[in-house]
Amino acid sequence: MTEALAAGDRVACTVGSTELGGTYITDRDGMRVVKLDSGYNIGVHPGRVRFAGRPRAAPGPGIEVEQDRSLPELAIISTGGTIASRIDYRTGAVTSQFTAADILRAIPDLARIARYRTRVIATILSENMTPSLWQELARAVQDEIRAGASGVIVTHGTDTMSFTAAALAFMISTPVPVVLVGSQRSADRPSSDNAMNGVCAASAAVSDLGEVVVVMHDTPSDDRCAIHRATRVRKLHTSRRDAFASVGLPPLGTVAYPDGGVELGPGAVRRGARPLELDDRLEPNCGLVQFYPGMDPGILDAFSGYAGVVVAGTGLGHVSTPCIDRLGALTGDGTTVVMTSQCLDGRICDRVYDTGRDLLAAGVLEGGTMLPEVGLVKLMCVLGRTRDPAEVARLMQTDLAGEMPGRTPHGL
Amino acid sequence: MDFEKVGLVAGIEIHQQLDTTTKLFCGCPTAVRPVEEHDGEFFRYLRATASELGEIDRAAEEEMKQVRRFRYLAYDTTCLVENDDEPPSPLNEEALEVTLQAAKAFGMTPIEQVHVMRKLVIDGSNTSGFQRTALVAVGGLLPNGGRIDSICLEEEAAQRVEDACFSLDRLGIPLVEITTSPCLRTPDEVRETAAHIGMVLRSTGRVKRGIGTIRQDLNVSIREGARVEIKGVQELDLIAEVVRREVARQMELLEIRAELLAREARVEDEPVDVSGIFAKTASSVLKRAPVVLALCLRGFSGLVGRELQPGRRLGSELSDYAKKCGVGGIFHTDELPAYGVTPAEVDVLRSALGAADRDCVVLVSGTRSKTECAVRQVARRARCALEGVPEETRRMLEGGSSAYMRPLPGAARMYPETDVLPVSITGERWAAVGTPELLTERARRFEREYGLDASVARQLADAERLPLFLKAVGAGVGPSLAARTVLATLKELSRDGVSLDRISDDDVAGVLVAVETGRAGKEAVPALLRAVAEGSRAEEAVAALGPAPGQEELDAIVERVIAERAGFIAERGMAALGPLMGVVMAEAGGAADGRAVSELLRRALKRALE
Repeated sequence: MTEALAAGDRVACTVGSTELGGTYITDRDGMRVVKLDSGYNIGVHPGRVRFAGRPRAAPGPGIEVEQDRSLPELAIISTGGTIASRIDYRTGAVTSQFTAADILRAIPDLARIARYRTRVIATILSENMTPSLWQELARAVQDEIRAGASGVIVTHGTDTMSFTAAALAFMISTPVPVVLVGSQRSADRPSSDNAMNGVCAASAAVSDLGEVVVVMHDTPSDDRCAIHRATRVRKLHTSRRDAFASVGLPPLGTVAYPDGGVELGPGAVRRGARPLELDDRLEPNCGLVQFYPGMDPGILDAFSGYAGVVVAGTGLGHVSTPCIDRLGALTGDGTTVVMTSQCLDGRICDRVYDTGRDLLAAGVLEGGTMLPEVGLVKLMCVLGRTRDPAEVARLMQTDLAGEMPGRTPHGL
Repeated sequence: MDFEKVGLVAGIEIHQQLDTTTKLFCGCPTAVRPVEEHDGEFFRYLRATASELGEIDRAAEEEMKQVRRFRYLAYDTTCLVENDDEPPSPLNEEALEVTLQAAKAFGMTPIEQVHVMRKLVIDGSNTSGFQRTALVAVGGLLPNGGRIDSICLEEEAAQRVEDACFSLDRLGIPLVEITTSPCLRTPDEVRETAAHIGMVLRSTGRVKRGIGTIRQDLNVSIREGARVEIKGVQELDLIAEVVRREVARQMELLEIRAELLAREARVEDEPVDVSGIFAKTASSVLKRAPVVLALCLRGFSGLVGRELQPGRRLGSELSDYAKKCGVGGIFHTDELPAYGVTPAEVDVLRSALGAADRDCVVLVSGTRSKTECAVRQVARRARCALEGVPEETRRMLEGGSSAYMRPLPGAARMYPETDVLPVSITGERWAAVGTPELLTERARRFEREYGLDASVARQLADAERLPLFLKAVGAGVGPSLAARTVLATLKELSRDGVSLDRISDDDVAGVLVAVETGRAGKEAVPALLRAVAEGSRAEEAVAALGPAPGQEELDAIVERVIAERAGFIAERGMAALGPLMGVVMAEAGGAADGRAVSELLRRALKRALE
C-alpha cells in the first residue's frame, strides 16, 4: 500500500534498520525521491516511505529590486534558455521558468549599469524556437525601442541564438544596441557565466553600438566578453563558456569584466547611425540541408514545394552530380536554391570546377560568404518580401545586414 | 580531564581518496602533479545561488562577503570537466564498487537509488562552486558498539596552491566520506575509531596512500557547548590532541560567558569612526588605512585577550570573523598599547567611545565597506560570547588548535546534480559485492600461514607492496626474506635516494629467487636492487655478481683475513666477528652466502683464539 504524496510533504523512510526523516520530492523510475534532512536526495521503494505531515507553504523569496533613476533604461526581453534557468523543485531538472524580472534578482550587479523594464515573450529552450517567435520578438524589440529604451537585451538559449540574432538583424534596422545573451553553464551554479555575460550584455546595450549583436564569454576566464555581429556569429563548442566566435572577421568589440568597459572596433555600426525600421515579413517554408558523400539524391525531393532551400555543400560549394539534377528539378519548380559551404569560413565559388558550373546552370545561387544557417534565415526574409526570381537573386547576393561583406579579409 | 563529566560528544568524518583508474566524473587519471607541470590557467568568480527552496546557504553566504577571483592551474591530465566547461560523465562505476565494498565491510545498507547532489562550496576549491556527492549507504557498526551513519561517494576538491590559486589535478579524484554518529566519548576513542575506519578502507586495497590522501573532520561538543566541526586533520596522532584542545576551548568559552553575564556585559550596536585619532599614529597599519572604526564591547575587558587554547584567544576568534570581510585583522585594547599605538592614543580612543576600564574596544581598519562589514562581524561574534559557544566549521592549525572558517552548513547547500542520472543498487548488485579481508584478519592469517611474528604480519598486511610479498612467496622465496625485503630493505633504499618506481615487483621477486636458489647471497640484495633501479634486469644484475666462491676459495679468504688481523682479533676476541664479516664478504663477492661465511668465520675465529 503506497500513499499519495505531494512534493514538499514531510516523510519518514526506512533504509535497512535506519529510520530517516526528509521531504518528498518526486517519483522517479519507480522510486520515491526523498530529500533527507542532511540535504542528500535518495531514491527509496514506495513501500518504505511514510507520510509524516504537510508543512504550510513557505512564502517565496521576496527580494525587492531597486532601480537607479539616473541610469539609462534598457529593455530585457526574455525567451528562456540557460541564463534564466533554475532547478525544478519537483523533478530536480534544470528548466527555464524564470521571468525576466527574476534575472535582476539573480544578477544584482546589473542594477549599477542601467534601469530595466522586462518582458517575457517565451520561456522555451532555444531548440524549440520558431520563425513566428522571431517575428514576435522583432516586433517586441521595435516596441521597446519606440518606447524609449536605450538598448535592448534579449536573453536566449545558446543553441539557436545565432539563428535568432540573424533573424533580428534582417528584420530590424536599429539605432540602438540589440544584444542577445545567454549562458553556457546553468544559472543555478555559483560558477555560471550568466552573471558575467549579463553584465557585459548590459554594458554593451548602453554603449555607442547601433546594431544587433551577440555578447558572450571571449575566453575560458571571467575576464571579458566578445561582441559578435549577429549575422557572422556561430556556436562552435558544445559546452565551453567561450563557445561563440565570429566567423570570417574579428569580433566587433569587447566588454571588460567586471568593470564593463566597452571597446568597439572600427567595423561596429555606431548608435544612431540607422533609423528604426521593421520589416517582419517572413516565408517560413524554407529548408537547410547538408550534403555528404553518397547522399541519396531522393532526399532532396522532400523539399519539393518549398519556397527555398539552402544547401551546405562541400568546399567552394559543391554537391555530387546526381544531386545537381535534383536541385535543378527544384529550381525548375520555382524553389530558390542557395549554395553555402560546410567550411563555414570563406567564399562560395561555383565557377572553378565542373560540378560548380553545373550547379549554376541548374539555377543554384551562390551564397557568397554566408554561414549556412544565416543563409536560411535570410532566404526566409527575402522570400517574405518578394517572389520575383530576379529580385530574390539580387537580394540574396547583396549584403543586407553584414552577413556577406564584399571583401574577404586576409586575416593575417 | 574527566571527559564524561564535561559531557564530551564527538563524531568523526573520514575522507579517503580512492585509487581508481579515472576520476569520478571524467576520464582523467587520478594523478597528482607537481605544480610546475601545469600547462594552462584561467580565472573565475563564484557567487552564491539560491537553492531549490529559494534559500542561500549560510555557509556559502559567509564566503560571499568578499567577491573573490580564483585562479586555476590546468594540466595535460585534466580536462574541460575540471574546468567546469563540460557536463560530467556518468558516475565512475569502479569508485562506486569500492564504496560498496567498504559499506559491506561496515555492515551498512545501500541506498536503492543513489542520487548525485551538488553541495555548495564557494571557497574556490571547486570550479563549479559545488562539490558533487552521493549518499551510498547508511547504518553501519563500529567495534566499540558505536554507529556509522553514512558513507558517501564524492569528488575531491582542487588543491589550494596559495590564497586564491588552486591546482586542478586533485579535483574530481573519487573520495569516500564516512560519518560516524556522535557516539564517541573520549579523545582516545575518537583516535581509535579513525584508525579502525582507515584500516577497513585500506583493506579494500583500492585507496590512495600517502600524506593528504586521508583526512579527518572532527565533530566535537561538550555539555552546554555547541557542535563544532574541525576540518582537515591529516595525522592520526593529532586527533586526540585536537579533541582535547576543542574541549578546552569550549570550556573556556563557557567560563567567559559566565563572567560576561556576571558583569552584565553587552555589545554596542554602532561603531564609532576614529580615523581622526590615528591620523598621525606610529602604527603603520592604522595610519595608512582610509577608515578606522571602533566598537565598544561593554564589560569585555581582559576577556578578549584570554587564551582559549594554545595560541588562540577570544580576540583571535573576533579577528577570524572580521577577516571574512577582507580586512587583515583587528586590534583590541586588551593588547594595547602596542604595535605602534601609544598609551595616549588608547586614552583618547577610550574617551571617544566612553569606554570604562571594564570595557574593551576593538579597532578595525581598511576601506569603508570592508571595515563596516568587519565591525558587524566582530559584533556578531562578540554577542555569541554572551551565548557561549557558536556552531562553527573550523580548520585545524599546526599543533592541534583551530581557527574559524564559516558557520556550519545547512541542508540548503545541497541540490540535485541534474547532469548525472541516478544509479540503482539492485539486490543482485549488492549481493555480488565482495567484502574485503580486513587487514587485522589478514595479519592473523599471515602469522598462521607464514609463521611470521605478529608485528611483522601486521605491518605486512597493511604494506603498500603486499602484492610483491605474495608474488615472491608464490615463487618459492622464504616468507621472512620476502617480508624483510618489503618492510625494511626497500624502505632503506628509498631513504638512500634510490627510486623505487623503477624497481618492478617482478625484478624484486627475481632477485629474491636468486638468493633462495643460492645464486646470490642475502647480503647482496640491496646492491642488486640498486643495480635494477639503475636500469639492469634482475637476471643481469645477478649475473654481474659473478659466481659464488667455492668452499676452498672461501676457506683461503677466511684464513688470510684472520692471519692479517691477528692483533685486532687478540684485542677484540669473538667481538671481532662482525667487523671481519664485512671484510670477508667484500673479498668473497656479493654472491657468497652470508650465513655460510658467518659460520665459517666463527669457527676459524674460535680456533685462532684457542
